[in-house]
Amino acid sequence: MKAIEKIIAKIKPIFSKGGSLAFLHSTFDAFETFLLVPGTVTRKGSHIRDCNDLKRVMIVVVIALVPCLLFGMYNTGLQHFLAMGPRTELPEFFAVFWYGFLKVLPLVIISYVVGLGIEFTVAQIRGHEVNEGYLVTGMLIPLIVPVTIPLWMLALAVAFAVLIGKEIFGGTGMNIWNPALLARTFLFFSYPAYMTGDKVWIDGFTGATPLAAWIRGTSSAVMPSGTDMFLGFTPGSVGETSVVCILLGAVILLYTGVASWKIMISCMAGAALTGLLGDIPVHYHLVMGGFAFGCVFMATDPVTSPQTETGKWIYGALTGALTMTIRLFNPGYPEGMMLAILLMNTFSPLIDHTVVAVNVKRRIKRIATYG
Amino acid sequence: MGACYKLRRGLDIPLRGEALTTTSPPVSSPLYELKPPDFRQITPKLLVREGDPVLAGSPVFCDKDHPEIFFTSPVSGIIRQIVRGEKRKLTGIRILSDGKDKRLRFPVTAPEDMDVSKIRELLLFSGCWPLITRRPYGTLALPGEIPKVVHISCFDTAPLAPQYDYAFAGEYDSLQMGLRVLERLCPGKVHLALSGNTSTHSVFRKLNATTHIFSGPHPAGNPGIQIHHLYPLGKGQVAWTLTPMGLSVIGRLFIQGTFDSARMVAVTGPALIKTGYIRCPAGIQISALEDFTRKKGIDIRVISGNPLTGDSVGEEGFLGFHHQQVTFLQEGRSRELLGWARPLRLHKFSAARTYISHLAPLLGKTVRFNLDTNTNGGVRAFVLTRDYQKVLPMDIFVSFLIKAILAEDIDKMEKLGIYEVIPEDLALCEFICPSKIEIQDILQKGINLMIKEMQ
Repeated sequence: MKAIEKIIAKIKPIFSKGGSLAFLHSTFDAFETFLLVPGTVTRKGSHIRDCNDLKRVMIVVVIALVPCLLFGMYNTGLQHFLAMGPRTELPEFFAVFWYGFLKVLPLVIISYVVGLGIEFTVAQIRGHEVNEGYLVTGMLIPLIVPVTIPLWMLALAVAFAVLIGKEIFGGTGMNIWNPALLARTFLFFSYPAYMTGDKVWIDGFTGATPLAAWIRGTSSAVMPSGTDMFLGFTPGSVGETSVVCILLGAVILLYTGVASWKIMISCMAGAALTGLLGDIPVHYHLVMGGFAFGCVFMATDPVTSPQTETGKWIYGALTGALTMTIRLFNPGYPEGMMLAILLMNTFSPLIDHTVVAVNVKRRIKRIATYG
Repeated sequence: MGACYKLRRGLDIPLRGEALTTTSPPVSSPLYELKPPDFRQITPKLLVREGDPVLAGSPVFCDKDHPEIFFTSPVSGIIRQIVRGEKRKLTGIRILSDGKDKRLRFPVTAPEDMDVSKIRELLLFSGCWPLITRRPYGTLALPGEIPKVVHISCFDTAPLAPQYDYAFAGEYDSLQMGLRVLERLCPGKVHLALSGNTSTHSVFRKLNATTHIFSGPHPAGNPGIQIHHLYPLGKGQVAWTLTPMGLSVIGRLFIQGTFDSARMVAVTGPALIKTGYIRCPAGIQISALEDFTRKKGIDIRVISGNPLTGDSVGEEGFLGFHHQQVTFLQEGRSRELLGWARPLRLHKFSAARTYISHLAPLLGKTVRFNLDTNTNGGVRAFVLTRDYQKVLPMDIFVSFLIKAILAEDIDKMEKLGIYEVIPEDLALCEFICPSKIEIQDILQKGINLMIKEMQ
């Protein structure tokens, strides 16, 4: 620990103003603060500060995503072997996981390398500190794409999400849309053949996700059972099939208070109520496709969701309702979650504006009654 | 007795180093300082020169815009040094005490027999007027105005704040006299706020005024929060606030006929070995408080006031005019390997649930933390804005107000409640902010802008 501190103190002048590598200041700073908590002290205002910071918040979300990631790796292997032959030939657990691991790992690496590369470059150009926001986005993106996606396509989507989704607005905290969803939307509209959900498993097998099967009117007899969909042993994007793992993540997010329970509850309620209009049971909708994942990890993004508590109820309910509306009444594209969240992201400043306006009126009225 | 307000939102930071309820023998320091920056929004105009002799209560400077408001010397002696900061801004007037505590005498009688204008004149001339703060903006009360209400919070919930029941135990006479004076100035408008925990034997329970009861964690003791619940302020409305300390100084003026700024000061902080109370006048040099031994071998920040809103005054610093607390904190320059990723970090306190130490307040007073001055992270944009509301028992959207200030949108600032808050009310929001945004500083800038624009 002391040794690291010494090394950093020694090489710091090289990266500081006037040093030979001063142009890499932001990069150095990012690595330095990553390794060691900065020794900066408060200047004015509150002399003491809570030890919670954005790095901590972001790492909690990444931890909450780990169950989904691990399960996604296993499921990738499982779906592969299921497609290759009869169930009896299924290799042992570890081999299945290892197969999936080798398939998913490149996605994670590409997502982080490309995304962080852009973040570092932009921070460098602006002379800012590197934001932690991409730690989460970089993990989300590989989880919401099909595992067979070509890596160049993923890299392109990541670049689009980071540059257009975040950096042009000023970085983490300033963006309007959830960057991870933007990446998926980019892929969906640019390369629909890979993304529509009905060609998820091209690697030796072309099968349908439950959602795609349902939308095509396949009878519910051939659809996976509700239990299978809940546990996640179905085809789908890497991290969004297992509702169990998603719920595990939800528990972590809710306990730590990083995500809003109001959004999750109202989103589910909105979806369930609208789902009643359809012909398949509501609980199928809640475990099918990307709904659960979106509801827990995407809709609750504190930057792109409303900041007022009342606003969160409205936003969540509308997101859920809109998802089901798209699923039920839109013949082209079965998965409504992505577009529903992005649309509600667009509207969240408006929702907030309304809630704040009501608050302002209430306060003026209250002051008036007190004379 | 008014209604009881139970506030749930807020936070009592479990900071180590609360003052023991023992009082050290009084001390005096050779140097005292009167600091114009202690008073918001005044332009000081010097009335003395270096070398001039002064008595306790002699005018030292006045406000350029309101020359009738005097700021007077807390002790007798000679003006030793006029201290100026950047752009020759007056930052302090140092007085070398002669140790004799000779005081200027003011002619006083019972306030009921005095003319209101005479009372006002006496408060202005003796240097007691600056003890009255004005809402909105937390500036000095204006001599010509009549406030909607005069509000006195009789408890302080800030971290390590003095226990008023202990600090004012022997002050019934001066407090009651102070109330009589204010009652003459603003008849029927004086309100006291007591804590639900104020003991039944407390001197504050015996005072004769309209009282309200508040309970809950910090900032329940802030006058701003109490006023918000009792009589919210709109545009053009004014409330005056005093601390019990101000009340007792005014009371003593009318009992003794002298300006006596002595107050019980809680000497606190995790960087002290021995804490406690001591009685001393405003502007005392903090290094004179030798009775309170500090920890050895650490870098210490000396704060006049509480750790959330106080001023860092440095090793040779002086006690602020309004302050009743001195806090010693360890400077947090040490660095921790991968600190943000460590799962436990039991020695660090966080109100956020991302750290297990958020459970500490449930254990009562048994678990305390040694918080230092480290920012615990770098400055970022607003991300988690919901947390602010959890520590502010007011119907005000903090992040929207702060953003309106950053955008310098006067209309929005007005609507979102800038008249109701001063920096100390949002201090906890700044404490818990994971983006490490200096909320108090931004709010003060907003208030300065409002004052400038409204002139």
